[in-house]
Amino acid sequence: MTALAWLIPAALVLGLLGLVAFLWALRTGQFEDLDGAAYRILDDDEPPDEVRDRDGPQQ
Amino acid sequence: MAFAVDMDAGTAERTATGGPYARSPAKPESAVLAIENMNCGGCMRKIERVLGDAPGIASVRANLSAKRVTVAFDPQHTGTETIIQTLGEAGFRAADLAYDNLNDSDRADRDLLRRLAVAGFAAANIMLLSVSVWAGLASDMDAEIQSLFHWLSALIALPTVAYSGQPFFRSAATALKAWRLNMDVPISLALLLATGMSLVQTIRGTEHVYFDASVSLVFFLLIGRYLDQSLRSRAKGAAQNLIGMKSGWATVVADDGTTERMPARALLPGMRVLVAAGERIFVDGVIQSGKADIDEQLITGESVPRSAADGDRVFAGTVCLTAPIEVKATAADNDTLLSEITRLMETAEQNKGRYVRLADKAAAFYAPVVHTLGLVTFLGWMWVGAGWEAALITAISVLIITCPCALALAVPAVQVAATSRLFNRGVIMTAADGLERLSEIDTIVFDKTGTLTRGMPELTNGDEISEGTLSAAAALANKSRHPYAQAVVRAAEARGLRIVPADEVFEAPGAGLSRRGSGGGEERLGSADWCGIDLDSGMADDARATASLWYRPAGGGAAAAFLFVDALRADAADTVAALRSAGFGVVLLSGDQEAAVKSAAETVGIQDWFARQRPDKKIHQLKRLEAEGRCVLMVGDGLNDAPALAAAHASMSPASAVEVSQIASDGIIQGQRLAPVIETIAVARRTRRMSLQNFAIAAAYNAICIPLAMAGFVTPLIAAIAMSASSIVVTANALRLTTAKLEL
Repeated sequence: MTALAWLIPAALVLGLLGLVAFLWALRTGQFEDLDGAAYRILDDDEPPDEVRDRDGPQQ
Repeated sequence: MAFAVDMDAGTAERTATGGPYARSPAKPESAVLAIENMNCGGCMRKIERVLGDAPGIASVRANLSAKRVTVAFDPQHTGTETIIQTLGEAGFRAADLAYDNLNDSDRADRDLLRRLAVAGFAAANIMLLSVSVWAGLASDMDAEIQSLFHWLSALIALPTVAYSGQPFFRSAATALKAWRLNMDVPISLALLLATGMSLVQTIRGTEHVYFDASVSLVFFLLIGRYLDQSLRSRAKGAAQNLIGMKSGWATVVADDGTTERMPARALLPGMRVLVAAGERIFVDGVIQSGKADIDEQLITGESVPRSAADGDRVFAGTVCLTAPIEVKATAADNDTLLSEITRLMETAEQNKGRYVRLADKAAAFYAPVVHTLGLVTFLGWMWVGAGWEAALITAISVLIITCPCALALAVPAVQVAATSRLFNRGVIMTAADGLERLSEIDTIVFDKTGTLTRGMPELTNGDEISEGTLSAAAALANKSRHPYAQAVVRAAEARGLRIVPADEVFEAPGAGLSRRGSGGGEERLGSADWCGIDLDSGMADDARATASLWYRPAGGGAAAAFLFVDALRADAADTVAALRSAGFGVVLLSGDQEAAVKSAAETVGIQDWFARQRPDKKIHQLKRLEAEGRCVLMVGDGLNDAPALAAAHASMSPASAVEVSQIASDGIIQGQRLAPVIETIAVARRTRRMSLQNFAIAAAYNAICIPLAMAGFVTPLIAAIAMSASSIVVTANALRLTTAKLEL
């Protein structure tokens, strides 16, 4: 039964970690634009400042 | 917030690279703009690029889901008006949103999600402990270990119920204050009693501990609540975007000819307003001078712009597309058609709020019965002399064992199953009680333009046009956003022609497109005037006399005419026939001219049709049907349908509908077909039947368990099994809906 002494806290801590990770994601707005994020990952754009040096905005 | 973080990053980056405004001392201001036509990742990227390159802008973050852009800018170098103008030049119609009231529904969303997450964490961990205890009951668990597990459960459950249960407690308190009963009253009572008694039993070291039941109940109910809330806040966000379209800045011409910019809200009837090409019109009025194409999609749902000139009426919310016009205001701000429609909608929505939902009806019946039984149990045990403590515990266990788990899940479980089934078949339900209202309807009222028809022009005489001509015309048309031009491009693509986009195309607003040919001369695509075609010369009875678009090749060869029609949806006639054969009444209400409505009605087979119906007349017609004792489903898409959509017993709109109409609707149909209407009605009817079935299951379960509980025969294991089993049976029954074969 001594195993319980660390198994239960371990289970709780792991669960809490998941909860904290989710709340963090929520607070930092990871779920704000679910549609847009799907496109952003495909956008291999340079940072805006470099784009400006080239031939202007693209279509 | 994400954009807050990004904003800082963006500012820092620009400062570091020494942008032209890096050293500006002014504090950046931020604005939230609604973008009416941001529809894809490409639009999002373009908006961020265009604004990122504009002077004075510190950071841009577009949100595709919300159709909004958050901009931080330096007020010394730019302003919201300039930004809107920049976006306008790039082809995006933007409107400023008041920043204050934006985040309310967003906050409610996130609040529920947090409570849901906490409840999920707690439910999983308590269940882990409970399963061990249940297993221990059948084998050899020590009393100390059992007690330890109960204390651990209590430690997790108490804060969770206190935090995650709040939405239910609050709703129950509101209902009780108004002397009403809703489903949240028995839910709250069961939560408090189950948690409270479990705590007492934990302290006493006995076995009647039900933390798992109360926390899982919170978790499952919160899932339903959250889905409901997120649907509603999405609809609300779209409504705010629309309200933004009413506000902006307009140019007013004074009597001495000087002009002045003033906010749209300050405009008065009688003022002369100058509307530049591409600007939104903020007043209802009459054109004084100028001739332009007006995009009235927001009001009528019609995608082909209307050409308007001196003396024609224009409405607030429409966009002047091609040339500047001067409008004399006849109504401004709150008296415009746009505001009137908004008001009619609000009134209609309020009436709908009186609808009593099935679950609340059940609760109003169920709660008094159960609470009386609890009281009877207590008094009965007191009477036989069991002592008040034992009597109280038995009475509470009656209330817990009748725990409205199954009852509370009866409707939400079916609703979630039905909504997900419909979602997979291209229908998004936006109103929580929409399915219940849809199940009661017996008459369907269709709008014509954009509902029975596709709402966009289609080339009808493509067969008469040679491939060469069509691909040359499409090459020109490719450069224009006009619906006719786009129809030409679609027709060319449908024929499998390769379209080589033409260079140096000139677009004459309201007239057409032209391009200098290689051998001199000009090829033109546009109105008959623009192509130099004299319609009077001997083609009076030719169908081409009514052609809306012409193409003249550069060499001066024969001109080709393009005929368009707003085609009916492919399955419109079949859908109407299926509905009629299932016994539904079908009515057509349209704002269009009599001839067009009549021909559409005859083609799809509707006998009851009414033409020239303004928004208030449509509502009037619905009232008349209601007075005849009919329950109406309205299917429509234009802003002129929105009040009728809100007033009807239930309503649906196609995804191409204006946003207000989508908000006013209970369901939105994706794709080009009308058949989902049938599917939705079938699912709604089955949903109602399954909800009633679930109530029957819950009632049967109670009929067995209540006598046992009242007699004091319920052991913890029986209670745990009975409570879970009833919830599982109800949920499993609901899940049958996702795969069932349904017919009307």
